Formats: sequence, structure tokens, C-alpha cells
Amino acid sequence: MTNHWNDIKNANLVLVMGGNAAEAHPVGFKWVTEAKAHNQAKLVVVDPRFTRTASVADLYAPIRTGSDIAFLGGLIHYLLDTDQIQHEYVRNYTDMPFIVKEGFSFEDGLYNGYDADSRSYPDKSEWDYELDDNGHARVDPTLSHPRCVYQLMKKHYSRYTPELVSQICGTPLKRMMQVWDTIAETAVPGKTMTILYALGWTQHSVGSQMIRAGAMLQLLLGNIGMPGGGVNALRGHSNIQGLTDLGLLSNLLPGYLTLPRDNEQDYNAYIAKRAPQPLRPGQMSYWQNYGKFHVSLMKAWYGDAVSAENNWGYDWLPKLDEPMYDVLKVFDMMYEGKMNGYFCQGFNPIAAFPNKAKISAALSKLKYLVVMDPLTTETSEFWQHVDDYNDVDTTSIQTTVFRLPTTCFAEENGSLVNSSRWLQWHWKGAEPPGEAHPDVFIMGGLFHRLRSMYQKEGGVFPDPILNLDWSYERPDEPTPEEIAREFNGKALVDLKDPVTGEVLLKAGQQLSGFGQLRDDGSTSSGCWLFCGSWTEEGNLMARRDNSDPYNMGQTLGWAWSWPANRRILYNRASADPSGQPWDDERKRLVWWDGSKWTGTDVPDFAARSAPEDNMSPFIMNPEGVARFFARGNMAEGPFPEHYEPFETPIGRNPLHPNSAAVTSNPAARVFRNDMEVFGSAEEFPHAATTYRLTEHFHYWTKHNRLNSIAQPQQFVELGEVMASELGIKAGDRVRVSSNRGFIEAVAVVTKRIRPLQVDGKTVHHVGIPLHWGFVGVAKNGYITNTLTPFVGDGNTNTPEFKSFLVNVEKV
Amino acid sequence: MDMNRREFFKFCGVGLGASSLAALGMTPEPAFADSIRHFKLTASKETRNTCPYCSVGCGLIMYSRGSGGRNVKQDIFHIEGDADHPVNRGSLCPKGAGLIDFIHSPNRLHYPQVREPGSKEWKRVSWNEALDRIARLMKEDRDANFVEKNDAGQTVNRWLTTGFLAASAASSEAGYMTHKVVRSTGILGFDNQARV
Repeated sequence: MTNHWNDIKNANLVLVMGGNAAEAHPVGFKWVTEAKAHNQAKLVVVDPRFTRTASVADLYAPIRTGSDIAFLGGLIHYLLDTDQIQHEYVRNYTDMPFIVKEGFSFEDGLYNGYDADSRSYPDKSEWDYELDDNGHARVDPTLSHPRCVYQLMKKHYSRYTPELVSQICGTPLKRMMQVWDTIAETAVPGKTMTILYALGWTQHSVGSQMIRAGAMLQLLLGNIGMPGGGVNALRGHSNIQGLTDLGLLSNLLPGYLTLPRDNEQDYNAYIAKRAPQPLRPGQMSYWQNYGKFHVSLMKAWYGDAVSAENNWGYDWLPKLDEPMYDVLKVFDMMYEGKMNGYFCQGFNPIAAFPNKAKISAALSKLKYLVVMDPLTTETSEFWQHVDDYNDVDTTSIQTTVFRLPTTCFAEENGSLVNSSRWLQWHWKGAEPPGEAHPDVFIMGGLFHRLRSMYQKEGGVFPDPILNLDWSYERPDEPTPEEIAREFNGKALVDLKDPVTGEVLLKAGQQLSGFGQLRDDGSTSSGCWLFCGSWTEEGNLMARRDNSDPYNMGQTLGWAWSWPANRRILYNRASADPSGQPWDDERKRLVWWDGSKWTGTDVPDFAARSAPEDNMSPFIMNPEGVARFFARGNMAEGPFPEHYEPFETPIGRNPLHPNSAAVTSNPAARVFRNDMEVFGSAEEFPHAATTYRLTEHFHYWTKHNRLNSIAQPQQFVELGEVMASELGIKAGDRVRVSSNRGFIEAVAVVTKRIRPLQVDGKTVHHVGIPLHWGFVGVAKNGYITNTLTPFVGDGNTNTPEFKSFLVNVEKV
Repeated sequence: MDMNRREFFKFCGVGLGASSLAALGMTPEPAFADSIRHFKLTASKETRNTCPYCSVGCGLIMYSRGSGGRNVKQDIFHIEGDADHPVNRGSLCPKGAGLIDFIHSPNRLHYPQVREPGSKEWKRVSWNEALDRIARLMKEDRDANFVEKNDAGQTVNRWLTTGFLAASAASSEAGYMTHKVVRSTGILGFDNQARV
């Protein structure tokens, strides 16, 4: 979230799109209720299903799954066309005046530089600003230059007419215009809309671009950095925010630092590339501090073993020959027999990843699989034959499977980062059952054994293993408190003020914030973003002061929020260029008091930079402003373009009806053998989407009696019209099949899913909850991801779970 | 006076009931105190925690039996929302309200186990055996397949034949430690739930 749960109460309009907070985040949704009750806010829901969120909305619009970019692109066109934008905001705080290079173009659904063989844009150098002799971007404050971002964007979305958008999305035109007009009302400076989204935007082959389109909409309306505004990822698990912040992803290091590629052999060039100079005069370009964050990380990991002489252990970091080894890539390699070992820590991939048949075949080719979990999972039992639910030949599966019991939340101390970015400490309440142990015990135990084997026996490239800093009081099981102090970081020598020479911190003391980090090896910090969470004052994550003196919902004394305990990101943009809040009465967040920035939140800005210095609010970007034009940062191009899901019920992209190459995302990676098992609308005519229920959490709660009593048995949702066409009644057993397999479940026939008229065809949606499997105390069911396609978003490779094709038959 | 717990309550209850109800002009039944159930959270230990399901991060209070002493096993028997928490203000959703059943699920794992190739069953093993065997498998695979230089002669130091999928509800401390260990081995096939 750019903002946070409590801040929703400050919104004048709540748009829920690509999410269903009332059912998936019920308690967070209280803050929508609060906004409606006490801030006269309206709630607008756009979703293929009339969800429980929709049932309390002021306005609901149905939309075909996977067509959100068309909807949002049409809205962007409408706002520009009718001039309903926050003028002063976009002119001063966004890239609209920036002039783009001449070589940039967009024709027939493709940007310049496309290579069909590799399904990618290998050369994105023209997707950038024109620079002047000082290396600064050229701008045209009048916004009239034909290649300024404003003009390019206007041209790009001019094709998204209301009629065409309605044809693509299946949203009735009148209803769509009502939604657009309601949203447009928040273009005035004192009114804000918040966007709440979740996996309904993320899990598409164009998911990242859907989210970008939402962010662009918010920028046009001046809603980023504002109380009650922002683009808010609700997130699905209790600590995926924290685990992402800590960089547990193929290509990342903690704090959104990135691993080097093969061709980045030179350490200084690696740092320089990630520490860009400002692209406009007077801008901060905060990533210029990258080297400080990186060196402090390497000091936290490797201690005295790294120094300037060995480039802070640069060669010990693995280099990437691919953009990333994401889970689809890894399971494809496993399927091809190229992997031997795999670890699953609190994760159930055979249930959670697409195309179960492929995942099962892949796991069967492993030499060893290690599962760490508090519960029995389908993945740990993938080799068991369980009726039709898991129809495998056990004896032919030669994988050795280890299953290690772990603690659950109640049995350990530690912190979780919620979607508000709050690091909240929790305390152990009981011992785990039997011989279960925390994950740290397992990781420590494995590491120790590996290290002692490399010490005794030698082996290939043991250096990073032998040199890893492990100075914990109990090396077999470091405590959560020690680890938390390590990721915050400490001074390694007496830290002196460079100007006055005054000692700021003594050697060994905890750092109080990432502003103290240095790139000379004198500080360590395992995650710069978390620096400030455990200082000399103690564990700030454990704070429990819930007071809210300004009644803005910021509760700065509750837990600790990254970065720097700031609750709303980009909050400098909540004040106008002269430094005063756009709305001094109801939207007071930060302001310039004549000598410094202050406010009801921690200002996201240089504390002493006066408004007349003209520093822009988006300090992480070298240009200082927010981007409509993504430059070279997105796989499929600088502006979001609508492409169909890989399994499309209409078989063509109405924006480019004559070009099959751009029916679906032309820059999404598709593996050999996966393209062949995409289904077509002729054989599988219905649009399917998967989702969670209120009563269950993923594949865990089927192990709990209460949840299993509330929702005991697998079902699918069908609309009344579709059901009657197929002769299916409520309670009938139906078979839902895709080109990859089938599931059987009870039919729930509902008014909540209505047929949509899309591109001249009637499209029915089938709703498929995901919670059942072949272990648990609930009734056994089929793994829903038997059906889903093995293809991901063009940038993140998050699988397209939300849009695929199925056929439905009565059993 | 020699009196057991039940008699003590009865005695007090009768005294209290008699004095207040008599004041209202009623004659209390002598057995009134028998129906008073002892408040079940009295003398329980409260521990603050955070819901491990979705990412709203609702505050919890876990109530357990046991003195908290060193040789006492605490037993959590009730969980409710933390009324001081600024987001949930005491409330929980149907999932969070059932958390006690997650802790005590019959499908919690109790011991390390191994399933050997082709086998149809689990075998209980000790932690030492499990971790020794896993570490040996890791080392064998790493030593056999670690790539120090690519075809172009560039230093790449990666290990691609073993992968690691990190959790979604593990604490940040567990996550940090996992990252530190996994990266030191050179693994690149490393993701967490945020990928999907």
C-alpha cells in the first residue's frame, strides 16, 4: 500500500477493482465502512462477480475478467478528453512535460524494437527522454510539444473510446459512464479516491500494466501522496510484504536492491547503474545512496571478511543469466529434468501453482524435496495416490521427501509486515507440538552442517559459505531479537558527523535510520528499508501507542512503518508547490512551516528543502516526478495497452482485430509445450476465474475444524442463465475442464454472475474458489489449479490465475 | 474453617445473593451459586500476537493456561481480537476467529519424517538424521553442478540445480535468515509467495 488501512477513512471515494476486500480482507474493509459512515464516501466496485464488496457499493459495474486495462485506458482517455484532471498536480509532479526520444513509436499493438522470435523488446533505448547537453531531460511546460508525455499519452488512449471499451469489457455503456463520472469528481484538489486492489489485478499476463494503469489514473486525479488516496495493494498473506521487502525473490537482495547480471562483472559499474544522477536540476534521486545500502548489507552478511579490497564480496553474489529464476521458470526446469533438489518452506506449490499435472510431473523428477511446514500439505504428499484427487503411481516416483515440522505464529517471537508496511512484533504464547521447531532452527541447522562439511572436506567455491558472518550467541538457533537487530544495523566504528566531528554513534550501537548508512564499511544493515526499526531506544516494532492526535489515522506510535516510520508514501505531493496542503482542513498531511517540512505524518522529503528550491515530490525517481511514461522499465512498453488473456473467450483483440500476434501480451514468456495446452473458445467457451472465500485461508484452513464446518465442500459458481442453458440445477455435481485437466464440484447457481455482451458474443463467467485438496479435515476436493494455465505476467511472471477458459458439464 | 473450593463459592454466593436479593424482597434459592460459571479467562496468561492469515495484520490476544513457569507447558485455549489495535479494534473475521483450531489442528506435524524413493509411507526420523541427510544431498548437488564461470568466462558463481521456495507467513526474522543462508550457497531459483 502507498497508504494504509486506517487511512481509507480519509477517502471521498473508494474504488475496489481487482479485489474483494469485504470477503478476502473483512476486517480491513471496516475502514471502507468507516469512510462511508463518517466521511460520506462512495464505494464503487468493478468486478466480474457481484461480490459481497459489491453488495454494499453505491455503484457496481460488471467487467469481463482480464479487460481492466481497456476500462482504465478508456477512463484515462475520458478524463483527458473532458479535461477532468488535477492540472497543477500533473504539471508540477508528473512527467507530462517531458519530451520523449524521436525513435519511440507505437503501431499495430507493438512499440518500436519488438523481436518476435524472443517475444520481447531487446532494445528499449528509444523508450526514454530526450536529454540536453547537461544530461538533463528536455521538458515543455506548455505541454504542446508533439512528443511530450502528455501528447503521447493522449494519442495512445484516443483509441479507447467508450463504445470500444464497453465492447471489450462487456460493461454496459451507461453504467460504465456513471462509474467514470463518479471517479472524475475526485479531480478537484480537496477530494480523494483510494484504489483497493489485490490479486484480481496481479494475476494476469498483463497484471503489472493493469496496476500501472490504476496508478496513472490516480496521478491524473492528483490522488497519490494524499490522505485517502493512493494505490493500495491489499496483499494476500501475513508477511509477503515483509518477505518481499527482505528480497526473498529470485533477482532481489534485501530492500529492493538487485542481483547483478552476468555481464555486470565490474563492481563500480554495478553500483553506478543503480545510483542514477538526477535527470532534472535540483532533484534528489534518492537511489544515489544505493552503494551505502549495498555495502552495509554485505557487512551484515559477511562482516570482516568483506572490504573495499574484495569489492565487499561482490564475487560471492550469484550472477543472473536470465532476468529471473521465478517459480514458473524453476518448475519448467524441474519438468525438463534439470533440477535435483527443492525446498518448500511454508509453501504448497502443487496446490498454489498453475497446471497441477505439470507441477506433479516436475516434483516426480526431483532427487530430493524438503518440506518445512506446521501442517500436512499436498506438496509433501504429492506421491500419495488419493482417488481421482491425486491420481499418481506412487511406486514409480523416486523422489526422496523430507518433511520437517515447524512452529506456527503462536509459538515464536518475531515481526510481520502487514500491507500498511507496519512491522508489528508478536510474542510466543506456547510451545510447539511434539518436536516442531522454528524455521530459523532449520536454516541454522542446515547451514552449520554445510559449513562444517566444507571446512572438513573442501568442495566447490566454499568462500561465501565459510565467510558468512554467524556470530550469534547460540549458533544453532539465533534468536529473533538478534536477527531483528542485525537487519536494522549498527555502527561498526564510532560514527562522526562529517562536518563537526561530533560522535553520533559509538561502535556497536544500533543505527537510528538509513540516513546514517555509509559505503566505506563503517556501518552494517541487513535491510536498509528496515533501518530504524530496532534502535538504541529498543524494539520500535513492539510499540503500542495507538493515539492519533490529529485524527488523521496515522498512529505514528503504533509499531513501526517502513520507511522511516512514514505512514503515507510520496506525502510531499499532498501539499501544493508552495508547500501548503491542497486541502488545509480535511487533508492535512505534511507542509512547509517556513523553515522545515512537518506534519501529521513523517514527511517523505528532504526536511530542509524549501518549496522555492523546486525539488519535486517523487524523490526516488531521478527525474523527481512520477511517471506516466514508464521509460524502459516495463517489458511490454511504456504505456499500458490492452491485450487479451492467453485464453480469450473472444479469440481476438478488438483493438487490433487483424493482428493475431498482439491478441495476447506479445512480451510475456511462454515455455515450449505450454502454448500447446492453451485452450480455445471453440472447445472451452466460458471465462473462468479463481478466488478465495471469507471462511477459508488458502490451503491451510481445511485443516481446521471450525473453518471446515463453515465451508466443508468444494463448489463452483455458475450464473442462472448459463446453468439453465446447460440444464444444471443448484446442488448438481458438475465437471469443469480446461485443456489441462478437470475438477468436479457442486454447482452453486447464482444471480451474482450475469452474462456479458463482449465483442458481439455472450460471455459467461465461471467462479472457482480455490481452497480444497486431498489432505485436511474438510471433505477432499480437486486442486483448483489443475485447470489454470502455465503463463505469467510479462514483468513479474505471476501466473494468470484470474482469466482462463473452461467447459462445464453436468456429471 | 475447613472448606473446599466449591463450598467456598457456595458460601460466598449465598451470602452475596442473600444480601442483595433480600434487599429486593426476594428469598434466594440456596443453590443459586452453583449456576455461576467461573469466568474462563481469569488467571489465564495473555500474549499479544498478529493474525497469520491475510495481510491486514489484526492484533490478537492469545489466552493460555499455565503459570508461564519454566517447566510448565502453556496451553492456548482462546484467541480474540486486540481492542487496542488501531486497525482491527478488537474484531476478527471468520478466519481469524477460528485461529485456535489452526494451533490445535489434528494435521499439525509433530516429528521429522522421510519418504524414501518409491515408498508408500512416511518414516519417523530424528532431527539430526534429517538435517544430516539433507545437508549431504545439498553439498553433493552443489559440488556437482555449481557454475563458477559461464561460457564467456565471466565469474557467475551460481547454483541452479537446487531451488528454494520461501514462506508467506514466516516472520521477517526467519525470512532474513533464510535469505542470508540461501544466497550464500549461490541459489538463484529462490522466490516467496509474492511471486504468485
